[in-house]
Amino acid sequence: MSSFMVKREENESVQFPVTQIRKDFPILDTEIHGRKLVYLDNAATTQKPVAVLNALAWYYQHDNANVHRGVHTLSEQATRAFEAARETVRHFIGAGHAQEIIFVRSTTEAINLVAQSFARPRLGPGDEILITEMEHHSNIVPWQMIRDQTGATLRVVPINNKGELLMDVFEQMVSSRTRLVAITQVSNALGTLNPLREIIHKAKSHGATVLVDGAQAVAHLPVNVRDLDCDFYAFSGHKLYGPTGIGILYGRADLLESMPPWQGGGDMIRSVTFEHTEYNDIPYKFEAGTPDIAGAIGLAAAIHYLESLNLVQVHAHEQALLSYATEKLSGLPNLRIIGEAPRKSSLISFVVDGIHPHDIGTILDTQGIAIRTGHHCAMPIMNHYGVAATARASFALYNTMEEIDVLESGLLEVMKWFKK
Amino acid sequence: MNELRDLYQEVILDHNHRPRNFRQVAPATHHAKGFNPLCGDQVEIWLNIQDGIIKDIGFTGKGCAISTASASLMTEALRGKSVKEALELFETVRTLATTDIPPMNAAGKLSVLAGVRQFPTRVKCATLPWHTLTAALKEQEKTISTEEE
Ligand SMILES: Cc1ncc(COP(=O)(O)O)c(C=O)c1O
Repeated sequence: MSSFMVKREENESVQFPVTQIRKDFPILDTEIHGRKLVYLDNAATTQKPVAVLNALAWYYQHDNANVHRGVHTLSEQATRAFEAARETVRHFIGAGHAQEIIFVRSTTEAINLVAQSFARPRLGPGDEILITEMEHHSNIVPWQMIRDQTGATLRVVPINNKGELLMDVFEQMVSSRTRLVAITQVSNALGTLNPLREIIHKAKSHGATVLVDGAQAVAHLPVNVRDLDCDFYAFSGHKLYGPTGIGILYGRADLLESMPPWQGGGDMIRSVTFEHTEYNDIPYKFEAGTPDIAGAIGLAAAIHYLESLNLVQVHAHEQALLSYATEKLSGLPNLRIIGEAPRKSSLISFVVDGIHPHDIGTILDTQGIAIRTGHHCAMPIMNHYGVAATARASFALYNTMEEIDVLESGLLEVMKWFKK
Repeated sequence: MNELRDLYQEVILDHNHRPRNFRQVAPATHHAKGFNPLCGDQVEIWLNIQDGIIKDIGFTGKGCAISTASASLMTEALRGKSVKEALELFETVRTLATTDIPPMNAAGKLSVLAGVRQFPTRVKCATLPWHTLTAALKEQEKTISTEEE
């Protein structure tokens, strides 16, 4: 921990042009209840830079047409931009081939695709799916469905009270019966960064396939799927400064080839007669119907934006915010941080004795501070800590040390209301 | 901020801090569980009803200041009332929590719940105990949810 402790003064000498960056996000100028917006709900969704807003507007004003279907100029332009977006994503996560990048709606849809198209036809009684106690509901429920549909067993790797995976238990649980390990890279409720490399290596040594939920990771640290050696990687555009409605499933080409399509429709076919349909190649086999073309283009713009800032520096800035906020919040009376893993992404879940997270959220909102309160779609984690809900402040590249000071004084104000 | 003062009135803070009738009722003739999936809050209402009169009422569970105070105030208001009066009082609370129309019947102490009107996201916190109450009165054993309105 202490090596991460950066005092505010020290950090301000670090050259991350946050003042400049904030100008790229018009919404940050908004006033809420007469106060300057302090947006600390980035794990739910991030704000969008002008570059993304412009890309969306440009597409609809200049290039809009359906993709892969027309010989006319606009259709060609739209198709080119859409496929260029795929290439941008490929490069961003270090995949080997653009055909391994499937455009979906969200992380949720990506995981469901793998569940229904990869796991369902392959698994049966005696097979095991391994998930962890810190998964988002979207990486729990699809596997419960597969369990019920196939008779496979769903097993859950537990965590300790700091919010770290119990690696020794994981090592005992993983075996030749393990067909699939589905695990989050970063916990949205705790911030924990999981030791993926080690987990994937272990899983693979038993022949298991590995899906990584990258929803909370891609915006905050450099990701390389080949380096990680995962088989599937899922994430959402909207947590990555991109639009809602677009997400990515990366899948290893040989696995994707071997999987049946998930949905049927246009674009995913090569030829159709009433007797027989020949499916298109990957990735199109998994992209039935008109895709979210603008969304894909907007996502590519978000990635270009993020790459222009350099993710290594973004990560350093956010880690400094995390250290400063951790120090500040730990100093507040009766406040308990939930999730104290040594390796964390830039978010803090917390509870305050005697004050419900909902009340914290409402009072902070009147001061313009947006945080998330609730169970964060991770009810098993809430059960682990014996709470119904937590408050969560999650930081992004445009957040500042001053905003953490505002959060601190906001929390002191909350405590004043509930002083006994 | 004045809206906050309307929401967190002294009475609310007091009932949150020292909830009244925070206990199971034994024996209970009626019981229901309420759940707000948005925040994970849970409340259970326990009643002993004899000849259409609420002889005893209590609540248990975990909730925010608004839902805890609302449940506490509800149990205080309903003891000794008839089931019919209880349902009327629910209508009164619903009206004052969600509209600017003055309720038909006097709300008494419950009028402090009107503060949620200015906080649309918090209306369900105030009404959850009451929805749970009606479920208990109708003897619905299934957990009721704020998302089924
Ligand atoms: C870790 C994690 N996985 C999955 C999801 C689901 O993302 P989406 O709702 O965009 O499908 C989220 C978002 O809340 C998340 O934080």
